Amino acid sequence: MATGRFAALLASASLLVSGAALAADIKPALIYDIGGKFDKSFNEGAFDGAEKFKKETGVSFRDFEIQNDAQREQAMRKFAKDGMTPIVAIGFSQASAMEKVAAEFPKTQFVIVDAVVDKPNVQSVLFKEGEGSFLVGLLAAKASKTGKIGFVGGMDIPLIHKFSCGYVQGAKYADPKVEVLQNMTGTTGAAWTDPVKGGELAKSQMDRGADVIYHAAGATGVGVLRAAADAGKLGIGVDSDQNGLFPGHVLTSMLKHVDVAVEDTFKAAKAGTWKPGILVLGLKEDGVSYAQDQYNKSLLTPDMLKAAKAAADDIESGKISVHDYMADNACPS
Amino acid sequence: MADAVAAAALILASSLRLSVPLIFACLAGLWSERAGIFDIGLEGKMLAAAFAAAAAADASGSAAVGLAAGIAASLAFALAHGFASIDARGNQIVSGAAVNMLAAGLTAAVGNAWYGQGGRTPQLTAPASRFGDIAWPGAEAVRAVPVLGPLYRDLVSGHDVLTYLALAAVPLTAFVLYRTRFGLRLRATGENPAAVDTAGVSVRGIRYAAVLIAGVLCGFAGTYLSVGQAAGFLTGMTAGKGFIALAALVFAKWRPWPALATCFLFGFLDAAAIRLQGTVLPGIGEVPVQAIQALPYLLTVVLLAGFIGRAVPPRAGGIPYTKER
Repeated sequence: MATGRFAALLASASLLVSGAALAADIKPALIYDIGGKFDKSFNEGAFDGAEKFKKETGVSFRDFEIQNDAQREQAMRKFAKDGMTPIVAIGFSQASAMEKVAAEFPKTQFVIVDAVVDKPNVQSVLFKEGEGSFLVGLLAAKASKTGKIGFVGGMDIPLIHKFSCGYVQGAKYADPKVEVLQNMTGTTGAAWTDPVKGGELAKSQMDRGADVIYHAAGATGVGVLRAAADAGKLGIGVDSDQNGLFPGHVLTSMLKHVDVAVEDTFKAAKAGTWKPGILVLGLKEDGVSYAQDQYNKSLLTPDMLKAAKAAADDIESGKISVHDYMADNACPS
Repeated sequence: MADAVAAAALILASSLRLSVPLIFACLAGLWSERAGIFDIGLEGKMLAAAFAAAAAADASGSAAVGLAAGIAASLAFALAHGFASIDARGNQIVSGAAVNMLAAGLTAAVGNAWYGQGGRTPQLTAPASRFGDIAWPGAEAVRAVPVLGPLYRDLVSGHDVLTYLALAAVPLTAFVLYRTRFGLRLRATGENPAAVDTAGVSVRGIRYAAVLIAGVLCGFAGTYLSVGQAAGFLTGMTAGKGFIALAALVFAKWRPWPALATCFLFGFLDAAAIRLQGTVLPGIGEVPVQAIQALPYLLTVVLLAGFIGRAVPPRAGGIPYTKER
């Protein structure tokens, strides 16, 4: 009995020791994209995931907020020099910097979200935004009373077309006659941080009859949601759960689980199971979904939820195929 | 036809909303530069005001308190600029640039320390903490009237109080500058401060007054951005509007009414760029987003290069006044 207890103690002690050793081994780092850590959207999701990892494992991480493009490479190289690994970079804009830095530090594990970097020590995490957008498009078409819905994108780039294509496809799936108004905010990085312009774009769409507006525009989108809420119309959030920003005026949010991706990456690195390559997260992998919480309970009718559930099942089983814009750089019309 | 009028009314209303901060900032520049103090710190003062207004409106739940805080913050920066360029006889361009940098850094740092949201303030959700739109009497009733109905409903009515203040500030500025003794002295200070001094009027006093008026106007501009147009502060949310206002000032040759027209033109180009997106032009097809968004800048270059002629700044602008040598 006594020896048994002793053995258990020993085992737990050794566990503790090895745990501490492992914890010392991984020094995760996170580099956000322009828009910053607390954009209530994409970057904040990454931060949440890293925080969750920290809470669960006690392993702290370092992070950096990019202020301008020149800092990407500097920050990445600094982290790599400091022996941080894995280094997770959020956003497609980090690709060229990572291409360079990953080659300089072949022993460091790099992860990029939303872009593909083809290097032996890089894991590229992609999301099937089209699938999540399909579902919110379906919900938007069902919630619309005017038969017109809107989309406000950030930068005019293929990634954002992935959102808009899926959205249109989902809306047309629910109601073939629905009209989708689309706008892009700009062509530079500033397009992600211009809520005033986002609000104007949303107003112009509402003036033309849209009553549900989906945004994929980072912090600019807060202006879109605000304009919709001010006018008594509905907005749809993106990336993180934005339902609570304007309770009762955000129909739902298309969730892109960057948090899960970051957390899983850190965990895999800690457990030693991290692998380079391309990882694509869709509905099936719980990489994307739509938000349901106390704020939008009254907005989503049982009928809408049923239709969304059925469509989600069909997408997972392959009965509905959501077009991937990246495959041919075109939207089916 | 009715549709075209309705659409035009909406575009003009959008232009008006986008030009309000420019009008305030441009008038601020006008007051300051007419008295001989160059002010490239409009951007920084607006930014500081936007942050202070959003923070105060969030804390107090009142848009008016936000406005007061915005003006106070802007005045503080204006005083600093005034001291550097009037009493300390420093370089006004350097001082203005310092105001811009200080405001950009300070708002982000203080915002992050207070709210921990990367320099943002919380979203203003309480209705009283923002300036609401004022519907004019009968705005809905005249809706059915052709042409005038939509114009009245969308363009004249339905803006917030700051928008109307901006429009009122233009005739007020014009009146004070050209029809009062103070205005005459102020303009003389910008052209020939020695003459003003000889007449026994304090150049220092006039210049301080001008700089402070500019501070108040920038306070309105910044407050409009964060509490009127948007609902909360975002780092760098002025996005170069202070410099566009300066361009508009040159464009308007330092005169109030042309300043209004120029600011409205810039606002209109912005609004048109937003609404023209995705429209199909006959023969060309869909216009690329990039081309539409470059339009305001292209037109600005063309107009600046070809149409305004010679713009002569106030003669004593940028030169610190030394009473005696």
